[in-house]
Amino acid sequence: MTYARRAWAVVWKDLLVERRSKETLNALFFFSLLLLFVFQFTLGPDRERLAAVLPGLLWLGFILSGLLGLGRTFLVERENDCWEGLLLAPGDKSAIYVGKLAGNLLLMLVVEAVLVAMFVVFFNVDVGGVWPGLALVIVLGTIGFAAVGTLFAAMTAQVRARELLFPVLLLPVQVPILLATVKATEAVLLGEPLAAVADWLKLLVAADLIYVVVGVLTFEFVLEG
Amino acid sequence: MTRVLGWLAVVALLAGLAVGFGVAPREVTQGNVQRIMYVHVPSVLVAYLAFAVVFVASVAYLARRAEAADRIAHASAEVGVLFTGITIATGSIWGKPTWGTWWTWDARLTSVAILFVMYLGYLLLRGMVEDRERGARYAAVLGIVAALNVPLVHFSVVWWRTLHQPPSLLKPGTPTIASAILAALLVNVLAHALLYAYFLAKRVRILRREQEASA
Repeated sequence: MTYARRAWAVVWKDLLVERRSKETLNALFFFSLLLLFVFQFTLGPDRERLAAVLPGLLWLGFILSGLLGLGRTFLVERENDCWEGLLLAPGDKSAIYVGKLAGNLLLMLVVEAVLVAMFVVFFNVDVGGVWPGLALVIVLGTIGFAAVGTLFAAMTAQVRARELLFPVLLLPVQVPILLATVKATEAVLLGEPLAAVADWLKLLVAADLIYVVVGVLTFEFVLEG
Repeated sequence: MTRVLGWLAVVALLAGLAVGFGVAPREVTQGNVQRIMYVHVPSVLVAYLAFAVVFVASVAYLARRAEAADRIAHASAEVGVLFTGITIATGSIWGKPTWGTWWTWDARLTSVAILFVMYLGYLLLRGMVEDRERGARYAAVLGIVAALNVPLVHFSVVWWRTLHQPPSLLKPGTPTIASAILAALLVNVLAHALLYAYFLAKRVRILRREQEASA
């Protein structure tokens, strides 16, 4: 099998499991809805105050649901004793990483799309003319987030306090992505052209490249046993 | 060997104190408070050195699987976190009288704080993985990710905001710093580097003994 086909096999398997169990997506949608409630209740009904912190809230929502979703990346393998199955997979182990990353990216983008839609409805955000820019920022940010998240999820899968260790490791590393995406989202929502945030977008592209390459190169050491 | 290093560090630190208080002049605007720089700046330089060592040792461990490289990475990360803590503490003490605040989300303060939590997480991971060989592999991967993240953190927080006085030492061109102050600073940088080397050697030896005892 070629590299791409081996990666695809992982994606396909995970999608199939998700379609039959509907565990992760349903819970994440519900969680996102609850997050909106929490934001609304903790910040009060003042629309102007909400509008001022909106980009931050949006990414807070992505990060929190992402932490839950990404943390589960290797749970199927762990709980069903299929870790050895991954180990025995022939060829370059990084294909498994690429597959898992693609699956996570898909999962997060779906959840994020729903979250944005909910923001539009509940917080009256107008994304009419700015959605292509917003989508670009979200996709770039999510790639970096998922690239490190997938690697760290494999690392923490076998550790006792994994649900605690995973966010503790991931959040400090994600600071550049977080700063860049929040600033870029803010500018995009204000209707500024993408050229105004070119520096942030370049930083995001550089971060995505670094994270994905490091993930591909180091994954085999994490998976080993 | 380690003992010699330790005594060298003690001598250099004493010399650093002597030039810091005796030779270097009193700074005009900040007064004696500025002398904390002789601990603050060397600490942060040594912290960066320590994390660079973690990176190199991590790559070496993954490539060669030498346990010695793993011990160096582990020890260097611990000492690096210590010096980062000293940097933040002395920076706070310096910031209170000069900026009027213990802490502010200035670019360089922020990036050092992120460095601090990133490597605290590294030590936490080390402590939580029971199997030693697996822990070494995971820590090496994290050591690489964290080190490559440093430039990204740097640029993102600089664009985010800045208030700190611009670097007077590590920058292109001649340093904008009085030569007596510069000399005192360099003596202290050397002293801190020796102290780092001593701590590292000592910690590596303790780790080796621990592993021998548990093996």
